[in-house]
Amino acid sequence: MSEYRILKRPLLTPVTLFFGVLAVIGLILLAKRFIFGLGSVTNLNDGYPWGIWVVYDIMIGTAFACGGYALALTVYIFNRGQYHPLVRPALLASLFGYGLGGLSAVIDMGRYWNAWQIINPWQQNFNAVMLEVALCITAYVTILIIEFLPAVLERFKLETWRRRLDRVLFIFIAIGVVLPTMHQSSLGSLLILFGQKVHPLWQAVEFLPLLALVSAVTMGFAIVIFEASLVSLKLTREPETHLFAGLGRIARWLLVAFLAFRFIDLTRRDAWGYAFDGSFEAFMFWAETALFILPVILLFRESRPVHSPGMGRGPILFLSGVCVLLAGALYRINGVLVGFNPGPGFHYFPSVEELLVTLGVIAMEVVGYLLVIKLFPVLPKPHPEIDHGKSAATSQAPAAQA
Amino acid sequence: MKRRDFLKMAGSGAIIATSAGEVSARGNRPVSEEAVGMLFDATRCIGCRACVVRCKELNGMPPVTSEGAGMWDEAQELDARTLNIIKAYKGEDTQGQPEFSFIKRNCMHCVDPGCVSACPVSAMTKDPKTGIVDHHPDICMGCRNCVVACPYNIPKYEYNDAFGQIQKCRLCNQKGLERIDQGLLPGCAEVCPTGANIYGKRKDLLEEAKRRLSLKPGDEYHYPLNHLDSPFTAPAKVGEYQTHIFGEKEGGGTQVLLLAGVPFEKLGLPDLPERSYASMSETVQHTIYKGMFAPMTLLAGLLYVARRNTQDKTPDELD
Amino acid sequence: MPKDDSLDRIAERLGLSRRAFLKFCTGVAATLGLSSQAGVAMAQAVAASRRPSVIWLSAQECTGCTESLLRATHPTLETLILDMISLDYSETLMVAAGHDAEVARHAAMKENHGKYVVVVDGSIPTKDGGIYCKVAGKTMQEHLYEAAEGAAAIIAIGSCASWGGVPASGPNPTGAVPVSEIIKDKPVINIPGCPPNPYNFLATVMQLITYGTVPELDKENRPKFAYGRLIHENCERRPHFDAGRFATEFGDEGHRKGWCLYKLGCKGPETYANCPAIEFGDVGGGAWPVGVGAPCFGCTEKGVGFTKPLHEQAKVATHTPPDMFPPVHPDVGQGVTPGAAALVGAVAGAILGGTAVTVRELGRMEKQAHDEHDASA
Repeated sequence: MSEYRILKRPLLTPVTLFFGVLAVIGLILLAKRFIFGLGSVTNLNDGYPWGIWVVYDIMIGTAFACGGYALALTVYIFNRGQYHPLVRPALLASLFGYGLGGLSAVIDMGRYWNAWQIINPWQQNFNAVMLEVALCITAYVTILIIEFLPAVLERFKLETWRRRLDRVLFIFIAIGVVLPTMHQSSLGSLLILFGQKVHPLWQAVEFLPLLALVSAVTMGFAIVIFEASLVSLKLTREPETHLFAGLGRIARWLLVAFLAFRFIDLTRRDAWGYAFDGSFEAFMFWAETALFILPVILLFRESRPVHSPGMGRGPILFLSGVCVLLAGALYRINGVLVGFNPGPGFHYFPSVEELLVTLGVIAMEVVGYLLVIKLFPVLPKPHPEIDHGKSAATSQAPAAQA
Repeated sequence: MKRRDFLKMAGSGAIIATSAGEVSARGNRPVSEEAVGMLFDATRCIGCRACVVRCKELNGMPPVTSEGAGMWDEAQELDARTLNIIKAYKGEDTQGQPEFSFIKRNCMHCVDPGCVSACPVSAMTKDPKTGIVDHHPDICMGCRNCVVACPYNIPKYEYNDAFGQIQKCRLCNQKGLERIDQGLLPGCAEVCPTGANIYGKRKDLLEEAKRRLSLKPGDEYHYPLNHLDSPFTAPAKVGEYQTHIFGEKEGGGTQVLLLAGVPFEKLGLPDLPERSYASMSETVQHTIYKGMFAPMTLLAGLLYVARRNTQDKTPDELD
Repeated sequence: MPKDDSLDRIAERLGLSRRAFLKFCTGVAATLGLSSQAGVAMAQAVAASRRPSVIWLSAQECTGCTESLLRATHPTLETLILDMISLDYSETLMVAAGHDAEVARHAAMKENHGKYVVVVDGSIPTKDGGIYCKVAGKTMQEHLYEAAEGAAAIIAIGSCASWGGVPASGPNPTGAVPVSEIIKDKPVINIPGCPPNPYNFLATVMQLITYGTVPELDKENRPKFAYGRLIHENCERRPHFDAGRFATEFGDEGHRKGWCLYKLGCKGPETYANCPAIEFGDVGGGAWPVGVGAPCFGCTEKGVGFTKPLHEQAKVATHTPPDMFPPVHPDVGQGVTPGAAALVGAVAGAILGGTAVTVRELGRMEKQAHDEHDASA
């Protein structure tokens, strides 16, 4: 039998309702954007043509959606089968993250009806980083759908198709690793062209693709820990720490690598001075760096045989995960918004409506995720080791909310 | 594959992306022999704004007026309705003496433009002969990467229009206007009364700019009007120039060149390295994706590993 | 103001009402930029004092300056002027001729030695001993030296007397020079213009006879009240310049619509005069060169009128940077609003709070599971 199960819970809960309302607000504002133009909803201007929608919904959103990528890498490439049960929830989150990221890109496009030009071979500009990002994200969304298809086929008991798909799935898995490697690094390369507008603390030029890629993979691991923790706490009441503790050990080395690359880059470009000039950018740099360093400390402590009695492994992993996600998000916000200066006189801060759309997109993701795990076999089956009678009782007890 | 191996791979990837990048670096694009452009001499500008008016007229741009007042165009900054603007700088020089200068801002028509490099659908183009940076709204998908990638913030999107488009100076040679092709001058050069803004081939303009810098302040010089080969000149005393031609080298060079009597950073022009950001970006991008070799190798390796790791599993263990 | 018979007397003599006379004097005072009280003082000075003697010498001139003065149309101005001052010598206006005229001049100069005013129109030839302009067998240079010797003030009226004007331009066959180059030991007040606005001359003379002082002069020795401001900065067509609307040809659309004449060679941007303010001929309605569509040719400015080609563009003398131009870095875009800040704060708070709560609950759950595991084991 499958390692996965359908979560038996009512579809409509206070949580889905809350996020549903946020999503509807977002949708209404999106209608406004399409009727009256981008300027009616956003604070975008001639100096800041890219705002929170691009930075959060596309850059951060797809990095948050790297869970599928990180796990595919671990499970299928590094052959760590023990993490297999986490694959489907991660793939689902990736699908939502990337799907909505792609949708956000279309929403943010000023001339969305021309979006098809991206696949028009006579128009494609292979010098453009953006072309690669756009093509890869489109392709990867398709790959994610295919990778998630087994859950759907399983749900409708289409075993023949399921077996056929399984035979070729490795192709999609391989492509599904190559594509994020390409576009997550390219999302970093985008900043090279911004040139002098990006603050020297973030304008890493040749290091940008590497920094973006490493941070995205790390965020992928972090989001798996984050989601699995939340699901186990709020939905299943079964700790799955044993499943993802190993991911923390991978993530901490990636974090070390990221910080090493970051510091090497700052040193080679002689940019350390900017970190100590007392500017707002310097403050944000240290906030971001602290958020990167904190999980390293936490994760190295977590793996020691005897850890502090105050905090268990689960909470430490969760906290580290949140830190990594915030750090990665801040790294992107800093690079594209805080450290982005088109010249004196230009201001940008997302408008309330703009922020509400972003919150709406996040809400859609949450609602979608909650619905799908209740309709399709996505979540891992309870662990046999602790699944001795007790957990059945716990899972029947009305879980906190959800 | 071990984690150590992965890290090794990632490390070597970084080396490819960085060190190899330097080896096969694409340099700045060369200037085409026939490249056209303009030379703006701020010491000659009297702030009459004839160029702004003519630009709006030729490009069919409405005036920018503040609420309740519609006397004349009140544009404060380049925007989707203002492709060309005269701004005034007021300040103090190093000795604390008041100084003042006008500055004309419009598309610089970079030799190696970031906007063209950034546009995923080639809606921004650079004419191979004239070097004019043109825009094609019928192809543009409005991602505004060109705006972010322009060191001068030149392309402007019409945010307050549900079907807005990118607007930029196209040297009056866009489809439907084609003034350069017809042998006419760009609107702003045509109407400039003092010869502050002249049209010509970039190489000749550069020569002219160097000639002006070689003059002594106070010398009498006959400034050509409207274009370099004009029979009409304006005799005038040469002002004090900054010994720098903006656009000769900045960001790989621009086809619109600037001369001024005050430092260019005071006039709002960015301090750019000689290497264009487009060349940096494309070097990194083409190093990683040269012939799609690296991604294909990676894919092949991954296919092999993924197949091996999934082959001996039952379907249940799989998916 | 004390009731003064002398005012009535002079008013009667001039064929004016007392009121009209006072009005005229106040108007002149206003031209000078003085108070209305000064107008009264002026009226009294005109009425009371002995009319000052004026010797008007005409050198290489066209009589335009005199004609202009005659056409000042406030009530019979020529009468007024000729009665207020004692014009003892003027080739154009005096009745006497020949020897009589010479005698009158000499007598006046002798009688009023050190008190008379010399007015010169026209430039002074210097080539070949100055033989190109002679009156009564003497060159103009000689006349000028003679007259200047006992003069209280010397006024050079018109562009020729001020800068050399037409005779001094081009090849300058007569070696024409302005008055100030002949008379070096006494200040020469220049009232340039071709012709000059009569009120600029009148006002200067009125100040001389009223207060015995010379109006404040600029570095070209022009009275500042009249020549202190740039035509360009007071021109009614200036908004067209600022808006970039120019006539480019005589009779074109812009010219017919009254746009700026800068491109036609208007010298307003480098010429100092009060033409846009007081206009010409007292008819109003923009009756001055630029007002009627003729570019200013810079007659009041040394080195501009009669020197620069008519259609050559002026050098724009800008004194202060204009305020209406966009600055280099105008404000664009909306910064943080309270609503957006609150929303971001709320989201940040939710993340922090949510994380804290989740961490605590996770710990509790883990402990519970652990205990259960231990218990069951």
